Amino acid sequence: MKYQVKPLPQVDLPELRTVGKPLRKVDAMGKAVGDTVYAGDYSMPRMLYGKVFRSNQSSARITRLDVSKARALTGVACVITGFDVPNARLVSDMPGQTGQKQRAGSDVPVLASEQVRFYGEPIALVAAETPEIADKALSLIEVDYEPLPGVYDPLEAMKPGAPIVTPPDNIVARWKIRKGDVESGFEQADLIVENTFRIPYQEHAYLEPEAGVAWIDERGAITIRVSTQVVEHFRTIARAVGVRQNKIHIQGTMVGGGFGGKEDITIEIYLALLAKHTARPVKMVYTREESFLAHAKRHPYIIKHRTGVKNNGLITASKIEMISDSGAYPYLSPYVLLYTTVMAPGPYRINNVQVDAISVATNNPYTSAFRGFGGPQACFAYEQQMDDIARQLGLDPLEVRKVNYLRTGDLTATGQVIESAAWLEETATRAMAALGEQTPDYGSVKIGQGFASYFQSYGRITWMHDTSQAWVGLELDGTVTIRAGVPDLGAGQANSLCQIAAEVLGVPLERVTIYTTDSALTPLSGTSTATRQLYMSGNAALMAATAVRNVLLNRASKYFEEDIEALDLADGKAFIKSDPSQTLDLVDLAKMCASEGMHLSNLALFKAPFTDPINPETGQGQVFPDFTFGSFAVEVAVDTETGEVTVLKAAACHDVGRAINRAAAEGQIIGGGMQGLGYGLMENLIVKDGVIKTPSLTEYLIPTSMDFPDIQAIILESGTGLGPFGAKGIGEPSLTPAAPAAASAIANALGVSIPEIPITPEKILAALERA
Amino acid sequence: MKPQMITLHINGRTHYVALNPNQTLLVALRDLGYTDVKCGCEKGDCGACAVFLNGVAVNSCLVLAGQADEGEILTAAGLGTSEHPHPLQTAFSDAGAIQCGYCTPGMIVSAKALLDHKPHPTDTEIRDAISGNLCRCTGYAQIIQAVQSAAEKMDAGGEG
Repeated sequence: MKYQVKPLPQVDLPELRTVGKPLRKVDAMGKAVGDTVYAGDYSMPRMLYGKVFRSNQSSARITRLDVSKARALTGVACVITGFDVPNARLVSDMPGQTGQKQRAGSDVPVLASEQVRFYGEPIALVAAETPEIADKALSLIEVDYEPLPGVYDPLEAMKPGAPIVTPPDNIVARWKIRKGDVESGFEQADLIVENTFRIPYQEHAYLEPEAGVAWIDERGAITIRVSTQVVEHFRTIARAVGVRQNKIHIQGTMVGGGFGGKEDITIEIYLALLAKHTARPVKMVYTREESFLAHAKRHPYIIKHRTGVKNNGLITASKIEMISDSGAYPYLSPYVLLYTTVMAPGPYRINNVQVDAISVATNNPYTSAFRGFGGPQACFAYEQQMDDIARQLGLDPLEVRKVNYLRTGDLTATGQVIESAAWLEETATRAMAALGEQTPDYGSVKIGQGFASYFQSYGRITWMHDTSQAWVGLELDGTVTIRAGVPDLGAGQANSLCQIAAEVLGVPLERVTIYTTDSALTPLSGTSTATRQLYMSGNAALMAATAVRNVLLNRASKYFEEDIEALDLADGKAFIKSDPSQTLDLVDLAKMCASEGMHLSNLALFKAPFTDPINPETGQGQVFPDFTFGSFAVEVAVDTETGEVTVLKAAACHDVGRAINRAAAEGQIIGGGMQGLGYGLMENLIVKDGVIKTPSLTEYLIPTSMDFPDIQAIILESGTGLGPFGAKGIGEPSLTPAAPAAASAIANALGVSIPEIPITPEKILAALERA
Repeated sequence: MKPQMITLHINGRTHYVALNPNQTLLVALRDLGYTDVKCGCEKGDCGACAVFLNGVAVNSCLVLAGQADEGEILTAAGLGTSEHPHPLQTAFSDAGAIQCGYCTPGMIVSAKALLDHKPHPTDTEIRDAISGNLCRCTGYAQIIQAVQSAAEKMDAGGEG
């Protein structure tokens, strides 16, 4: 064993009946037997098929757009261009927010009519009787372009005289951190380590391409049944389409994978415009290739670290510069950049920090949310930097980190106090221990082990004033109904609420049914993004269920003639704790309450901490509710003759606070870890002059069952999270440390580090040649 | 292009349909309402559209509907219902092997194709059998556990 695993601090978690158990998720069987009706599976009578006509230029002026032949084609119901809908603009800059002040430059034309800024930018919409006729109509649309100079490198885009993507300049966003005095920090240092890291695009590659059906209902509302992470987009859609907010009705479906790629609006506005113009139902389903073209990617970054350290590894100063490629439109780039800025120095206690971060517009594919939201890019850079510091000082990578790891009560670089458990050494030693003894080298194959630690926020930016609602009710047959606007991406978002309500109301999970994801019929629960649903909607469900529980216990206390504190609910019964043979069936209790006019349902609103924005000059202030901490360890075999990397072992250890469903938490840890290993070692989105050269799953390879071994998931539960029962969030954090851990293992095997992912055989051979 | 009449026996029902010769079996199945057969790429990269054609698992996007004329087709939905699920459907549900669920029907078809020939597969054989089915959510570990657990149950119960 390389590192000593110390016992965990004493944690006193109450024993629970339902919460924590690896129960069958409420959505699982419907998916297994094919009952679940996804967005692309739905049809309506008299339905038309919608398609999008897209730019085949990365940067050009549209000098002529003629859709008359397409319009004249038999079977075409309508063709819409930007000239038909000049006011259709996408102006929300943070999904689901109500009062957010609009940022300049966030304005995106739904259909380009004067200029195209990226390859694949939508220009026209078609609705036709069949998909084949719609395709034929697309081929009849005529466009003349006058090519404009494009800019495809964010460093070039920042230079004076560079082509401007959208006036006034190519700077989309800036964030800064100023803490302490970095210059005096560098003066105190025994060693200064400098590195530049390059981090690539990543494609979400969810198995379900974007899809939906829209129609106008009997009240005149445009109803959109769509795969989305955000039902609150109805507000932005209403503005773009030119109708009132209560005339857009989003019926969210089970999402066939989101990972941030269905966080921005996808096809909703196209569907709404086509349904409005034709007064008929319209269906739109992207092909895989169109999905690649149409949605955002993870941001590429260039990150420079300059770190001053003492001989024992103590960091005295950290100066970081970061540039992200926002692509042609901002979308969520400013917020992603904020996340990367806050997390830039890593989970380390550093008194002197300077971070300068810029997001830059180019004519490349636009970039926005992807699981981790800027955290993985920061983590790759800070963890490779820590490894290099260890190498240069001749110290062990864990020793260097231990001197600096954040602990509870410490301040982050942005001056936020860490209030929950910060189990960094605990997770790092356990993840490494799970790898076991290192496999010996053989022939040209070198073996290496490495790990990465991270911190990553859960919950939204605290000055967004985030809220979530959930409704919980007891039916008269003792079953429980939940209504919550939560979009379910498959991570157990809906199931968690059911397990929480089952726990609180003392019923088996099978008795709970949940209705979700409807902007008109379920209380709004906010977005399934930012690792916020368990924290936010879980707390709302806990509040609502607790309110119903209190009504039941009040009535039961009269029945038993006992204090409320002496009673409990379990297995569908109320009972006296000291004498569990004395019971009252929940059905009888519910009927008593109902006949006496007691309220057997509750709508709860949970509010995250509300703070003021950070100081823009210093970055000081609270940005997030809290953080998840953990580590990932990898053992690799690297063939020094071919450059081929084989992951032999992988282990992830995270403090999830409290697992609500253990199997689901493991699923997040393993699945997120696999996406992170793909990001670090195989996934390679090649973009040349703004054109994606790996435009489908044939060229862009994601992990198959043959590429990586099982990731061992080690769940720790500190019980210190802000979520229900002390839960933290694990959806996004699970991905963050995997790629840097793989890079560390490769560097450990070769004695040479490669500051750029994906680490392909070509990069390994080139690095070996240089060394 | 002139439509041709074909006969498809799907999950025990018989359909007579007129289809263009270039129609894929995937689109034909989905148009007939068998929407448990998922479309992920339409060129054989992802396996979400896997079905049995005359007992052999195929990617239905790579088969023309005309090639399946008079064929027996079995989709994941034909294996069981939520009241009476196939042991693979139960095991996938219980092992945490289903997240977004979009790959699940195709994955279950590939798993059944393996168990039909190899009732006691090794983990490596399971990995090999599902290597043409992409899953972006689970990282595969719980899927492999589910197939093992179904294999044990089917062996014990003589089902399959």
